[in-house]
Amino acid sequence: MQLMSIFKPKFWDYEDVAAGPFKHLFNFRRIWKQTVFLTLAVTLSPLIFMAAIDYRVSREAIDTDIQLRTARLVSNTRRSVTFFLEERKSALSYVTHDNLLEDIMSHERLADILEHLKHSFGGFTDLGAIDERGIQKAYAGPYQLEGVDYSQEQWYREVLERGSFVSDVFLGVRQTPHFVIAIRCHCPTGLPYVLRATIDTDKFNDLFAGLDVAGHGDVFIINRRGILQTASHTYGAVLDPVPLPVPPFSERSEVIDTADLDLNPTVIGYAYIEDTPFILMICKNKRELMLPWKATQLEILMFLTVSVVAILLVILWGASFLVSRIHDADQKRVATLHQVEYSNKMASIGRLAAVVAHEINNPLAVINEKAGLIKDLFLLKESYAADEKLLGLLDSIIKSVERCGAITRRLLGFARHMGGPPSIQRIEIKDVIHEVLGLLGKEASYRAIEVSVDVPDNLPGIESDLGKIQQVLINLLNNAFAAVSDGGHITVKVRKLDEYLAVAVVDDGCGIPEADRKRIFEPFFSTKTTRGGTGLGLSITYGLIKDLGGEVQVESELGQGTTFTVTLPLVRKPEKGSDNACSVGG
Amino acid sequence: MNERVLLVDDEVEFVETLAERMRTRGMEVDTSTSADEAIAKAEAHAFDVIILDLKMPGMDGLQALQAIKAKRPEMQVILLTGHATLDKGIEAMKLGATDFLEKPADLEELTEKIKKAQTKKMILVEKQTEEKIRKIITEKAW
Repeated sequence: MQLMSIFKPKFWDYEDVAAGPFKHLFNFRRIWKQTVFLTLAVTLSPLIFMAAIDYRVSREAIDTDIQLRTARLVSNTRRSVTFFLEERKSALSYVTHDNLLEDIMSHERLADILEHLKHSFGGFTDLGAIDERGIQKAYAGPYQLEGVDYSQEQWYREVLERGSFVSDVFLGVRQTPHFVIAIRCHCPTGLPYVLRATIDTDKFNDLFAGLDVAGHGDVFIINRRGILQTASHTYGAVLDPVPLPVPPFSERSEVIDTADLDLNPTVIGYAYIEDTPFILMICKNKRELMLPWKATQLEILMFLTVSVVAILLVILWGASFLVSRIHDADQKRVATLHQVEYSNKMASIGRLAAVVAHEINNPLAVINEKAGLIKDLFLLKESYAADEKLLGLLDSIIKSVERCGAITRRLLGFARHMGGPPSIQRIEIKDVIHEVLGLLGKEASYRAIEVSVDVPDNLPGIESDLGKIQQVLINLLNNAFAAVSDGGHITVKVRKLDEYLAVAVVDDGCGIPEADRKRIFEPFFSTKTTRGGTGLGLSITYGLIKDLGGEVQVESELGQGTTFTVTLPLVRKPEKGSDNACSVGG
Repeated sequence: MNERVLLVDDEVEFVETLAERMRTRGMEVDTSTSADEAIAKAEAHAFDVIILDLKMPGMDGLQALQAIKAKRPEMQVILLTGHATLDKGIEAMKLGATDFLEKPADLEELTEKIKKAQTKKMILVEKQTEEKIRKIITEKAW
């Protein structure tokens, strides 16, 4: 709440209770909201839109990059694997062309050839030559396999049919993973025979070991049934089934986005290796590949957050500042209107008072003279001259007329200064106080309020505007009357302070809470709005005192009372600028 | 010597009553309820003091004062009004009024002022007479 009050503009809680011409022109809260929402909309939406696009584009770029890199790696690796196999096929083919059939079919020569192949190419484990009937005629290698009949084997039929064959990987008797390459040749008689070699898969592993695959990549080969043909550090050893679906056939290298068993996003690149059961697979952990993207994402988010916060603060501050200015200006406008109205009202009251006083004065003069004449006549006649009662009655009439005269004179005195042009004259403050109290005295006596005046006799007169001083005193005394309860006390004290005269109106009324004390001179601040207060009395008083070159201070304690102290210069200083609204309409 | 007073006010009741009271105090009082009538009377008769109401319908007190002073400068004029303001008073004095009094006036105060004004008038008349005699003497060069 405390934090809110720092940011809360001062017009936020302002409630316009006025009507008619004094109503504010704007609903400030609505203007503020409209400004804030509109500016936020036009600034934030493009920013967020652009950030979203940037987010998407950079993500797609990285995605494409990953796909391309994977596809390239798959292609290159496939080429290596294909080359490896082709190389061995070509070696076997060369052997058939370079040797006579008899040599190939002889055990010794074949052992020599195997030795050369091992030496030149590596990976060869054994070598066998099989005749057209499927009988292994010659064999070089660690086992005794001469004379074995392969005629019923699937691979044998296949090699006769297609010219070459590459088998799945199998463990065999030696329990080491290897596979078979076989090629078909023709002897000079035209009959086919088959040269068969067993290759260690270690060579494959050597091939993959050199690859540097990003994202903890895993390079391995499976066959078309999804059985591992080379070891995979993710999915297990050779001949273990891979827990991934076998990718659909494609002639080209392909890259797919999928998830592994633990639902980790995975990028899989694969390629079918021609004329073999092998499928080359490269699996990459997408999460790791996306790490650089995460950094970018964080940067975008940081940038967005900082921008949004900055824009928000600037807009909130700007809107509050501008609307506050409008509010202040409108407040001034309404205050001026009120002051003009107040001045007009005072001028009207002044004129009315003058007319009333003057009209009453004439009949009063007649009454006075008639009563005087009756008295004269009575005094001339002896029988009446001794009648004290009659003379007493007449004196009472004459005294009442005198009192009426005093009242009309006082009224006229006020009328002259209310709303009239400012007239600077020498003023005895004591007289002014008594005059004002004379007007307000009735209320005091009805409510049994004790009003005392404490003015030293040797006070100098002051040069000032009588009308304004009267209004100030009337306003302050009216406030005091409103504050004290019946039977309360009000004191008007005057003291001389150097070049100033301090007039204090002290009451023992309800007092003003501290929170209100700072604001009582603000226009429209009123605690009695429900009882018809405009909240202008003290603000106008303040304006009048300022006009007179004076100052006003307030001290108050809740429940103890309030003291308003007005300091007025003894000699009026030359005024700067023109008189303000108080003289309008005079 | 009785004071000869002309009382001017638009309020008949007031004028008549005040005149009667003044007569009981031994003054010779004539009355008038308009400025025009007052000017005519002032021209026709010799008054010591004219008491003029400041506010009257038609010609007001200040204008009447000027007219009377133009014709009979020796006549003393006291202004009587319910609307006493300092600046009006100063203006009246500048135009030649002897004194200034607020309504409802105390008769004793008024009487006093009339007596003072009459004395002033007599001094003025004496001076004027002296002046005239001196003039005649110097002119004839006796």
